[in-house]
Amino acid sequence: MGRKLLTEHINVEGINTFEVYRKHGGYRSVEKALKTMTPDEVTEEVKKSGLRGRGGAGFPAGMKWGFLAKPEGVPRYLVCNADESEPGTFKDRQLMTKLPHLLIEGMITGSYALGARTSYIYIRGELLYVLRILEKAIAEAYAAGFLGENILGSGYSLDLHVHPGAGAYICGEETALLESLEGKRGNPRNKPPFPAVQGLYARPTVVNNVETIAAVPVIVNEGGDEYAKIGIGKSTGTKLISACGHLNKPGIYEIELGLPVEEFIYSDEYCGGIWKGRELKAVVAGGSSVPILPKELILKTAAGENRLMSYESLSDGGFVTGTMLGSGGFIAMDETTCIVKNTWNYSRFYHHESCGQCSPCREGTGWLEKVLHRLEHGHGSMHDIDLIVSVAKQIEGNTICPLGEAAAWPVAAAVRHFRHEFEWHVNHPKEATAPGAVYRGAAVLA
Amino acid sequence: MEPTTAPAKPQFSAAAQAEIKRLLTHYPDDRSKSALLPILHIAQAEFGGWVSPEVQDLVAETLNIKPIEVYEVSSFYTMYNLKLVGKHVLEICRTGPCMLRGSDELTEHLERITGAKVGETSPDGLFTLKEVECLAACGFAPVVQVREQYYEQLDTTEAVDAMLNDLRGQIHRPILSWEENDLPNSLRNN
Repeated sequence: MGRKLLTEHINVEGINTFEVYRKHGGYRSVEKALKTMTPDEVTEEVKKSGLRGRGGAGFPAGMKWGFLAKPEGVPRYLVCNADESEPGTFKDRQLMTKLPHLLIEGMITGSYALGARTSYIYIRGELLYVLRILEKAIAEAYAAGFLGENILGSGYSLDLHVHPGAGAYICGEETALLESLEGKRGNPRNKPPFPAVQGLYARPTVVNNVETIAAVPVIVNEGGDEYAKIGIGKSTGTKLISACGHLNKPGIYEIELGLPVEEFIYSDEYCGGIWKGRELKAVVAGGSSVPILPKELILKTAAGENRLMSYESLSDGGFVTGTMLGSGGFIAMDETTCIVKNTWNYSRFYHHESCGQCSPCREGTGWLEKVLHRLEHGHGSMHDIDLIVSVAKQIEGNTICPLGEAAAWPVAAAVRHFRHEFEWHVNHPKEATAPGAVYRGAAVLA
Repeated sequence: MEPTTAPAKPQFSAAAQAEIKRLLTHYPDDRSKSALLPILHIAQAEFGGWVSPEVQDLVAETLNIKPIEVYEVSSFYTMYNLKLVGKHVLEICRTGPCMLRGSDELTEHLERITGAKVGETSPDGLFTLKEVECLAACGFAPVVQVREQYYEQLDTTEAVDAMLNDLRGQIHRPILSWEENDLPNSLRNN
């Protein structure tokens, strides 16, 4: 059984209250940082820990903190990205609902390291009830002297606020999030300048995912070197995996990075295997934006090694035979799943969520949805299969933000590994569109 | 019951005004426009579940910004309803993970029993059906959101009936009075 660095106390009665959270060692990192460490020393521990951004990109968090511009006399901000909306991902909602003080503690310690005097948690608008949980917890932290003026007599002051979005996947992109926080449409900004130089209100800003910030307390308490001993290689620490789809036990699991994928899917400690006694067909391992892999390739790499839940192992083979750990949104599909329908569903999602400012994405996602719709409904041609691959290629790399890639990659991977299933829809439309139709042919593994 | 319509010259209640005042303290003095999204949420909850042009103008006036600055935002974000809606808006998740666990069937079932198609309001004015994208509750699929409440694992007729009965018996709870009971079942006790 792996160590639980974030969720050890998640089921303790009353852990969402300050009192119980504090009894279980809560807010120790704030005391340690503010009383015994300089801000740069805190950043140094995060660098040593090897912690990587848990929202999906996997960028080293300490390095991101290190990029923050620190001109004299200019305010700077730490903004928590709680806009969790990548399909398949539902870890942050659980973490904030049950352990609101863990996020608040991470925000205080992180804000101290970055020199922020006001910080924000940007939460997706659908989670207004979670916003109220956070606000209640923040009020408790103020009352206990962990927020506000002169925290613990250290001379450091911090205000923390929660800000709701209102339904827009794109606001998970950090510059779109900042636009939204300024009261505007969520259109991603051109970069450079990066938020580290000009972010919120054109001030230096760091944007981190909920889970990234929630890892800061344990790193400060135990030390970055200790944290880095957990996990495997450059995938240090633990990761929350939100597992869904056709599993016996969907849910949120904190794993030590490096756990074999096979064990995660089939062991009773985790997902308990595929539901209804069926076979696994395919997995999307890191949220809907990452390439889909057939069963054979998610369990083993092309070289025949066991695939592990880590940044490196999941991306082994690049986008030919590999995928990405992403946000940890793990979607399992059983043998009855129609890959064409599934691909169409996500293309509709990306079309719906495209902000519309870059034409390759605005137009391209619409084309993908439309052509996939006709393929799924038995009106497609062989040319359509090449057409969606071509459209996906033309979106990729030609947009301001990564929503373009997010829309393109799943389509490219679905055709690469399941081309025969697309062709079956073209050549046998009646069979393929009959209720309960299932394609049983083998996937392409290279 | 007829859906509530926005009055011609809407005014925020005293509670809403107090909440707006509190929100404005969260942002720098010259950046009060930051409060636009949260204030639109309050407005929608105050004025019958949607934001009419008149209500949006009120929001613009409150923040001392141009009406177009409100319109361009309200039309961008999917949570703001720009047309009159029924008493309860059922926001049905249609994205991949929910689809794998039966959201298509759920939508058809809800259309049958409410008598409304997606995008419409039931003849009794109680339910508006709306399809939405991922609600971040994929492990408890299929999922419907109604205002601040998540209804999860709606894969049996019993679960759907329980949701609808719950809603039929519910008095409209404005956004400002959050209660512990609003927690979805999956998050109450593990």
